[in-house]
Amino acid sequence: MSDNPFPLSLEDLMRAYRTMRTIRDFEERLHIEFAKGDIPGFVHLYAGEEAVATGVQMHLTDIDRIASTHRGHGHCIAKGVDVHEMMAEIYGKATGSCRGKGGSMHIADLSKGMMGANGILGAGAPLICGAALASKFRGDRGVGITYFGDGAANQGTVLESMNLAAAWDLPVVFVVENNGYAESTSVEFATGVDSYVDRASGFGMPGVTVDGMDFFAVYEAAGEIIRRARDGGGPALLECSVARFYGHFEGDAQTYKAKGENEYNRENRDCLKSFRKRVCDAGLATDRDFDQIDLEVARLIDDAVASAKAAPLPKPSELLTDVYVSY
Amino acid sequence: MNPNIEAIVMPKWGLSMSEGKLTGWLKQVGAKVAMGDEILEVETDKIVNVLEASATGTLRRVVGEIGVIYPVKTLLGVVANDDVPDAEIDAFVANYATPVSDEGEGAVEAAPRYEFIETPYGRLRYAKRGEGDNAIILIHGFGGDLDNWLFNIETLAGAGTVYALDLPGHGQSDKRIAEPSIDWLASSVVAFMDAIGVKSAHLIGHSMGGAIAMRAALDQPSRVKSLTLIASAGLGQEINIDYLQGFAAAGSRKELKPLLEQLFNDPSLVNRQLLDDVLKYKRIDGVETALRGLADGLFHGGWQSAVFAEEVKASKIPALVIWGEADRIIPSAHAASLGPNAKSEVLADAGHMVQMEKANRVNELLLGQVKS
Amino acid sequence: MTRKISYKTAINEALDQEMTRDPSVILLGEDIVGGAGAPGEADAWGGVLGVTKGLYAKHGDRLLDTPLSESAYVGAAIGAAACGMRPVAELMFIDFMGVCFDQIFNQAAKFRYMFGGKAKTPVVIRTMVGAGFRAAAQHSQMLTPIFTHIPGLKVICPSNAYDAKGLLIQSIRDDDPVIFCEHKNLYGSECAVPTESYTIPFGEANIVREGKDVTIVSYGLTVHRALDAAESLARKDRIEAEVIDLRTLSPIDWDTVMESVEKTGRLVVVDEAHPRCSLACDIAAYAAQHVFEALKAAPQMVTAPHTPTPFSPSLEDIYIPSADAIVAAVGKTIARVKAA
Repeated sequence: MSDNPFPLSLEDLMRAYRTMRTIRDFEERLHIEFAKGDIPGFVHLYAGEEAVATGVQMHLTDIDRIASTHRGHGHCIAKGVDVHEMMAEIYGKATGSCRGKGGSMHIADLSKGMMGANGILGAGAPLICGAALASKFRGDRGVGITYFGDGAANQGTVLESMNLAAAWDLPVVFVVENNGYAESTSVEFATGVDSYVDRASGFGMPGVTVDGMDFFAVYEAAGEIIRRARDGGGPALLECSVARFYGHFEGDAQTYKAKGENEYNRENRDCLKSFRKRVCDAGLATDRDFDQIDLEVARLIDDAVASAKAAPLPKPSELLTDVYVSY
Repeated sequence: MNPNIEAIVMPKWGLSMSEGKLTGWLKQVGAKVAMGDEILEVETDKIVNVLEASATGTLRRVVGEIGVIYPVKTLLGVVANDDVPDAEIDAFVANYATPVSDEGEGAVEAAPRYEFIETPYGRLRYAKRGEGDNAIILIHGFGGDLDNWLFNIETLAGAGTVYALDLPGHGQSDKRIAEPSIDWLASSVVAFMDAIGVKSAHLIGHSMGGAIAMRAALDQPSRVKSLTLIASAGLGQEINIDYLQGFAAAGSRKELKPLLEQLFNDPSLVNRQLLDDVLKYKRIDGVETALRGLADGLFHGGWQSAVFAEEVKASKIPALVIWGEADRIIPSAHAASLGPNAKSEVLADAGHMVQMEKANRVNELLLGQVKS
Repeated sequence: MTRKISYKTAINEALDQEMTRDPSVILLGEDIVGGAGAPGEADAWGGVLGVTKGLYAKHGDRLLDTPLSESAYVGAAIGAAACGMRPVAELMFIDFMGVCFDQIFNQAAKFRYMFGGKAKTPVVIRTMVGAGFRAAAQHSQMLTPIFTHIPGLKVICPSNAYDAKGLLIQSIRDDDPVIFCEHKNLYGSECAVPTESYTIPFGEANIVREGKDVTIVSYGLTVHRALDAAESLARKDRIEAEVIDLRTLSPIDWDTVMESVEKTGRLVVVDEAHPRCSLACDIAAYAAQHVFEALKAAPQMVTAPHTPTPFSPSLEDIYIPSADAIVAAVGKTIARVKAA
């Protein structure tokens, strides 16, 4: 065995890969299944951006909380939300994470510190300030991560929350997943700054931009920022440049993208490919090791889809429950 | 002013009454009335009560209208002999001015309706009326408060100094009951007597308050001049445990109303104000715990665990027992428990709250006991 | 024991007692302490009208002044609630809800349902409502119907100091998000309030005056107008009005209201909110649907007009539902009977 040149143990490296692979397979399978018409509503796929959720959340435990976005499947999986329950939820089944009442955009598991995907852009930022405030009062050293895209980065809630976090010195990390498009609108059009990291100094917090397609870059930058927040150093901004492999939602023809853009990104910027190559090149693992994980993940997703399809729908009586704790 | 003309006015019953609603005339104009006859009905903020005539004569005028709320001492009617000319009666009505109060407005504001005193059993609220060495202490029952003596305290004040207290866990006293036992509560009453500087007193107890009075008398016979036990606990084993547990648990008017109705022979006496007052008390933090503790501690298994009838019989303490025949909480058969040596009276058409429902007769009996 | 205190003091006392009882209760809002970071005295304000005055001295950093960022701090209160705290956020005027509404109706109100019953959000948002303060269109609204419309929210509006304390303590202990509406013109009103902590359950209307002829339903400040109207009706017209104070608007005590309407056969609803899609409409419609047979006359609504709140006192005074308007509305229900 060679020396490990990475800041993670081999076990953690393989865990990170498995997480990214699970997200990728989950999303690619949804891409296929959605086209069949069995999945209600609409889904926003995270494929391509796996290194961000995984690189950030490898630093977290259940005491830490994340507030996610409409493109939330990857964040959920990386936070340890049950994949079978997630799939069942996306199919609108009674066995889903939210018993079929939330769907793709509202998957949550508070016991895992996952405060919900969110259908409202930028809405997670104030919520995570509250989570961080709760941790601060309890003194449990928990950290809050809020994700938002380059579109939601322009929401007042995000900007107000950055200011609030700075004013209250909260352990919050603001993670911009900049995939270049707010739905179909280019980031070049929608903002006057060259990079969102420029905004960090405007709120008196440090900011870093990394290649969000590079797991190790995300992991290292996030590690430092999260450690700082956990130790009482206050909030920070992490901007991750990423590419989404699919459209804004399933069914988006993506005509706003350049010709060949998706193909180029898949070929040259795929976080899974580069991760696998670097670990293999370092002599820590072989393609066979990764193939084995791929096989296991494929089976997991197969099983999740099959069980989701077979699962019962919510009973009609469920319409009226869970509105209040008591009413 | 003709001394033969007697004004019938809106009565002031008890501690907090400032007005009352005239709900019915029981005599018509021209009817002969004798002192003590029931003449009209008044609804207070607690329950409906009957006003008795304070003079003998003819009901010459009816001024008060049914359904109208009048301040206390407002003229409602006139009783006079037949030989008083109509003109004089009319002049009396025309010239009648409702006094603001006995002491005047300022005096009423200055004199507190209630007082508080610190005791080892917590801060206790009490009302004090009358004066003199003859001390009388009124002890309410489970879930009650000093307002249970609304129709009695003013009358008793004629016989001495009357104290009505809120037991620990009740009314506006501290809500902590360290030990849910009659012994502990009896000790709290003795501690109250110590705190207010009363060496000995006539104890008048209603329901659970009766058991407390007996225990206090048995423990400290030198400090108790007499016992009056009204619909009292501690004289037999039977008790309506469903009422006690239901009362402890009830959280809404709907739950509470049928329970409170069991306290009266005439359930229509339970009005919204009474319900609201009890609910307000029940909603204070610690009250439910206190009441459940008492219900479980004193009446475990649905029976009264503290029965003192034989001990009281064996003692020399003069005792009077009063009961409502239609009591649905503690059977009126217990009225005979102290045997032939104790005076006992069971009043018809009265329930557990006999001192409210039959206030006039109960007051006569109480005065007889505390004056003797 | 019980003594007379003001509505404002009752709210302060409820907050104080709950903060003492439960360390997870925190307060946040603009200037609720006052003078944060400023060179003058700490605890300078205690809220813009002094409702939280004195609490900082007892509870220190559990009161958080906020930047002027309603979205951020109301959202933070909601997020903290979802993470086990019991925050009480003060939003100075309900008129400011516009800037943080998403956090209330898309986040707090929906967590429990969206997450399949696996979340609870015990947050209280205290806010001032109502006109009569000469504060014009953006500081005087009632807006309660906007919140009662939303499943997942509870909406409370006390009319007196006793109710304010008991309902606020209940709100803090309640596991659902509560919009607690304080009528700014009631802050000085006094009544007897126990020193002890107590709760008033939600969904229990209060019959503040019993009567047999007509049911007048209201909440907040206009309860007092309704009582004035009832006194006038009793004195001048020998009409005994039953006056119901809803106290909690969501949940609402339909039973008490409908039982009263069945008894009296006449309904007048008084709502300081605008008439369209208001509590007044809601209750009138409910009565028409459920106790139609008992109605002797068409239900009447007395509301603010469908206009913004005006500034000039001469206009604002006729904007707020008056006792005279309530008497006139009752007259319409009784006149029908006479005409029949």
